[in-house]
Amino acid sequence: MEADDDKRYKVRAIDLHAWFGTSHSLKGITMDLVDRHVTAIIGPSGCGKSTFIRCLNRMHEVVSGARAEGTVLLDGENIYASGIDAVLVRRRVGMVFQKPNPFPTMTIRDNVLAGLKLNGLRTRDPDALVERCLRQSALWEEVKEQLHKSGASLSGGQQQRLCIARTLALEPEVILMDEPCSALDPIATAKIEELIHELRGKYTIAIVTHSMQQAARVSDFTAFFYLGELIEYGDTDSIFTKPSNPRTEDYLTGRFG
Amino acid sequence: MDLAGYRRRRLVDLAVRGACVAATLVAVVPLVLILGYIVVKGGAALSPAFFLELPKPAGETGAGMANAIVGTLTLVGLACAFGVPLGVFAGIYLAEFGDNWLGTVIRFCSDVMAGVPSIVSGLFVYALVVVPMGRNSAIAGGLALAMLMLPTVTRTTEELLKLVPNALREAALALGVPEWRTTLWVVLRTAAPGIATGVVLAVARVTGETAPLLFTSLNNNGWADGIDQPTASLTVQIYQYAGSPFEDQQAQAWAAALVLVVVVLVLNISARILVRHRVAGAR
Repeated sequence: MEADDDKRYKVRAIDLHAWFGTSHSLKGITMDLVDRHVTAIIGPSGCGKSTFIRCLNRMHEVVSGARAEGTVLLDGENIYASGIDAVLVRRRVGMVFQKPNPFPTMTIRDNVLAGLKLNGLRTRDPDALVERCLRQSALWEEVKEQLHKSGASLSGGQQQRLCIARTLALEPEVILMDEPCSALDPIATAKIEELIHELRGKYTIAIVTHSMQQAARVSDFTAFFYLGELIEYGDTDSIFTKPSNPRTEDYLTGRFG
Repeated sequence: MDLAGYRRRRLVDLAVRGACVAATLVAVVPLVLILGYIVVKGGAALSPAFFLELPKPAGETGAGMANAIVGTLTLVGLACAFGVPLGVFAGIYLAEFGDNWLGTVIRFCSDVMAGVPSIVSGLFVYALVVVPMGRNSAIAGGLALAMLMLPTVTRTTEELLKLVPNALREAALALGVPEWRTTLWVVLRTAAPGIATGVVLAVARVTGETAPLLFTSLNNNGWADGIDQPTASLTVQIYQYAGSPFEDQQAQAWAAALVLVVVVLVLNISARILVRHRVAGAR
């Protein structure tokens, strides 16, 4: 049974706590991400949803004064166990940030290869890898003529897709997205959502979003966070049509948040 | 309408504006005079021989300062070799890990060092290097100049690294890049043009220094046999020839002054171009 669950669930957080200095921002989250499905995490600002996904690739501890406690199993292995290198965890669990952050000193091509180059890893056919990742992130047709231009020369939506391509180049197993569309216009948002649809089935994706419509559109499962606690978690359809917790219902109907 | 008040206001406006223009002119006149005087006096004494020949006894024609030109370049090169890596690494420490008491102490010392009179750094290196070595040398001169560059390079590096958006650090870390590689290849690389500008400005400043060289690299009438030997420099040569009773040596001092001013000017302009490049790249 245990082993079956570990197969079905790519990432399992067990009693996960996180702090910023003395403020306790995640209070014992226990939640599983289903392998090769999309899980949306919703909740009002400051509810800990970004903190939660940052704990899943050990990016939370990068902020000074921040720490996390608890267990996060990735394929059944605790990434918070002593002797686990956060750097290696992050290569398996990629992340896309709220604000597109391509490297401004690098070309579009080098941005895609950044994860490999900066890590001193080699690939046999970099050009093929660049094309594959850019095609996967639905950016290839728009940039194939200008691969040697700066990554900063693209529009916001293109930059975000470039950041997704950069993450895909490392062939991660899990992709965490922290409000990837909140800095983008509706057309760019639609493109990213389409992209998430295409990546589902290949990657385990967790997406934090402020837009409930977005959660409903892109996700298979939805978790509702409130004040650092997981209030409700289930498949997206039932969360949106018949939430079992009154607070979830209040949030979804816009009574608070 | 109070016409008298209006007229009075216009008069006051005219008078104050005139005073401002006059003050600006008075401030700029000495600068123009100095530059003009150097160009006229120095230009007359400049010749191919100045760049190609060694100093000769007063009265002989065809004397030059080839050794002093090479000497200044050597000294500045050594100063960069000592000062730039040290300053950049200190700046990295302050920007990335300096939020503690040690960082505060280093920052304070660096600011104090920036205000130390340059001759003091010459004396310090004299006691520390020249006396034990038993002779003046380019190494000592380079060290004295490096001490003057250090605070500028350190603080410029720190300030510019702090300007690099945190999002870029996080982007690299999230790709599984270790922290040291992130700092070197992402943060430092993004800030590199700005740091280069700071280094060029520091170089421009120390190129014109005389006082720290008087006790350290001293002077040399010929070629230095190595960087552990006394070495000529344009500034010390100017200092000595300017006090000379011989007219041709005075003329040589003017020519050296012109060369020095041009070198510093070129350095300053290249710093500006670097800045513009950086701004253009950021867009």
